Amino acid sequence: MPVVLAAADLDALVQALAGRGYRVLGPVARDGAIVIDDVRRAADLPIGLEDVQGPGRYRLERREHDAFFAFTVGPHSWKQTFHVPVERLFQIRRQQDGFSVIPDAAPRQRVALLGARACEIHAIAIQDRILIHGEHPDPRYAARRSDVFVVAVNCRRAGNTCFCASMGTGPRAERGFDLALTELIEPGEHRFLVEIGSDDGAAVAAELPVRPANPEEIGAAASVSERTAAAMGRRLDTSGLKERLQKNLEHPRWDDVATRCLACGNCTMVCPTCFCTEFEDTTDLAGETAERTKRWESCFTLGFSHVHGGSVRSSIKARYRQWLTHKLAGWHDQFGTSGCVGCGRCITWCPVGIDITEEAAAVGLPKKDG
Amino acid sequence: MSVSPAPDPMLPEPLRIARAKRETHGVFTFELDVSARGGFPFLPGQFNMLYPFGAGESAISISGDPHRPDRLEHTIRAVGTVTRALERLGRGDVVGVRGPFGSAWPVREAEGSDFVVIAGGIGLAPLRPVVYHALRHREAFGRVALLYGTRTPDDILYRKEIERWRSRLDVEVEVTVDTAGSDWRGNTGVVTKLISRAAFDPGRAFAMICGPEIMMRFCARELERLGVSLDRIWITMERNMRCGTGLCGHCQFGPSFVCKDGPVYRYDRVLDLLLVREV
Ligand SMILES: Cc1cc2nc3c(=O)[nH]c(=O)nc-3n(C[C@H](O)[C@H](O)[C@H](O)COP(=O)(O)OP(=O)(O)OC[C@H]3O[C@@H](n4cnc5c(N)ncnc54)[C@H](O)[C@@H]3O)c2cc1C
Ligand code: SF4
Ligand code: SF4
Ligand code: FES
Repeated sequence: MPVVLAAADLDALVQALAGRGYRVLGPVARDGAIVIDDVRRAADLPIGLEDVQGPGRYRLERREHDAFFAFTVGPHSWKQTFHVPVERLFQIRRQQDGFSVIPDAAPRQRVALLGARACEIHAIAIQDRILIHGEHPDPRYAARRSDVFVVAVNCRRAGNTCFCASMGTGPRAERGFDLALTELIEPGEHRFLVEIGSDDGAAVAAELPVRPANPEEIGAAASVSERTAAAMGRRLDTSGLKERLQKNLEHPRWDDVATRCLACGNCTMVCPTCFCTEFEDTTDLAGETAERTKRWESCFTLGFSHVHGGSVRSSIKARYRQWLTHKLAGWHDQFGTSGCVGCGRCITWCPVGIDITEEAAAVGLPKKDG
Repeated sequence: MSVSPAPDPMLPEPLRIARAKRETHGVFTFELDVSARGGFPFLPGQFNMLYPFGAGESAISISGDPHRPDRLEHTIRAVGTVTRALERLGRGDVVGVRGPFGSAWPVREAEGSDFVVIAGGIGLAPLRPVVYHALRHREAFGRVALLYGTRTPDDILYRKEIERWRSRLDVEVEVTVDTAGSDWRGNTGVVTKLISRAAFDPGRAFAMICGPEIMMRFCARELERLGVSLDRIWITMERNMRCGTGLCGHCQFGPSFVCKDGPVYRYDRVLDLLLVREV
């Protein structure tokens, strides 16, 4: 049964998690954006802030309320917590008779995600599918994912670039959490409906000053999610989309988007499911020790598809087409899921405001004049 | 089916070069000592990631005999940073190895058919395990033809072995070069031209092709013209490779990963993509 936590007691949740040894990560406002960082107390959260997003636009605004979670997703995603942007994999020492490989120790972390949205929980599940449940699991990613407590937050607002409702990934978190919060704000009363998703979640909830939820509160939380779904800024029609994209690799829309896309790769960096990486092998000056570092890479770079003699995808058209068809079509073949959860980050953080929902909808349709 | 590699497939395993052989100008073969690990089983067509200390990694096909897992061989053409660093190594030096990765040539499926193996340049290396297999199980195949094209007579790989294969009466071996001096008495011209002259029945033929993408397409087109069914033609794809394990994304080819779903593909399954530029 759901319980209710007074907003004034939200800090008890932060402290309960910290008390259990979790590093609590959550949204904090910094440099004009909501990013993910350590949350030591509830007051660290971006209270009263809302984000205004649009294609190529992001701005924070202070509102006349003290909501803890009135914003949607920012430039960071939990990807950086598990599929880290840079990590060393091993060192290799030259020896008299060859070399020896010294793997870097498996990473250890006990983290609590405070405020994961439904789309993000789906994105984590998609990365798990690729990086843990494939033929060759990534042991370092798996280690980082092994001890995680998830506090979901059901979105109160939909951003202008959000389209999770049409992707079936939100705005309400249905599973994949230990606790899920819905923030209820009424005149004179500010509280959270807390749903319990696991035994760990129940154990943490038992430490909090909560009381059972009444039917009105449960209904109020449900209508928060319904209102958010109805206010969604965008949508993507996924029926027949995979086939339409794969059959239209020569559609003129690819040329059109290529005239706008800068191939900066922002969209892939902010995307919570994009997983491509690059490996860098280096040696010290003496040439005695070498190491390999893994870092995020983007399919928008020219080097990404480089084989001896040149790049396979030298035009921006080919690179944008690769990204979009992979996300929305190839992933279904490779991983049995879309590569997009509708979080809208790629739209917001594209410097020229290219909109994945618009591009995907236009490919395969007759070219419009003008 | 593939042979699974060691537990953390990102960690190179140091293996010593037991023999190093120069094949032609810029092409060399390493035999790696795998005795301490009890051999290196692989399927024809699979590849390893080879790591010369500190210099990076390259995908290199295993070019040895699949029935001799005690001998791990790679034939490498030095073209850039990593392959040139490999070229500088010799007997007794150590290379890092990860693998085997990737799909295999369907040699069992080819049994019972006339078997046409077509190689261009360094493309003979990934096909040599197929030739070994076919010769070892010669009775399982109908007619067997190896058609090989390379730049000049000096670029002919595995020269002595080719002579040996050619001297067998049960295999047709044809070599052609793009350009040659007046002392060359063999074929000149593209390898495609050898196809219609080779003795095989297109209706019951099975073909495997490895070489530059354009060469494979022309060969497949010629086979199709002669009546070989497209689902009995197999080719390999080359893409940038970093991990070999389906995790880094570099080798994307349409809906597949070349490192996992390839490098060996059935031609009719990739033909549509081959016709699109820059996929
Ligand atoms: C499945 C498979 C099997 C193969 N088998 C064989 C074989 O048996 N024998 C053989 O000789 N070859 C084989 N190759 C080809 C071989 O992998 C390449 O020739 C080799 O990787 C070239 O590496 P290099 O560093 O020597 O060359 P370079 O030309 O220096 O580099 C090529 C690689 O370096 C990077 N690079 C270079 N320049 C740039 C740049 N400007 N920007 C970004 N990146 C750059 C790219 O990542 C590229 O992959 C195979 C390839 C594949 C995919
Ligand atoms: S493709 Fe864009 S909208 Fe979809 S999950 Fe990635 S960043 Fe979000
Ligand atoms: S779509 Fe936008 S964000 Fe992505 S590479 Fe092009 S310009 Fe950059
Ligand atoms: S080489 Fe990394 S995914 Fe294929």
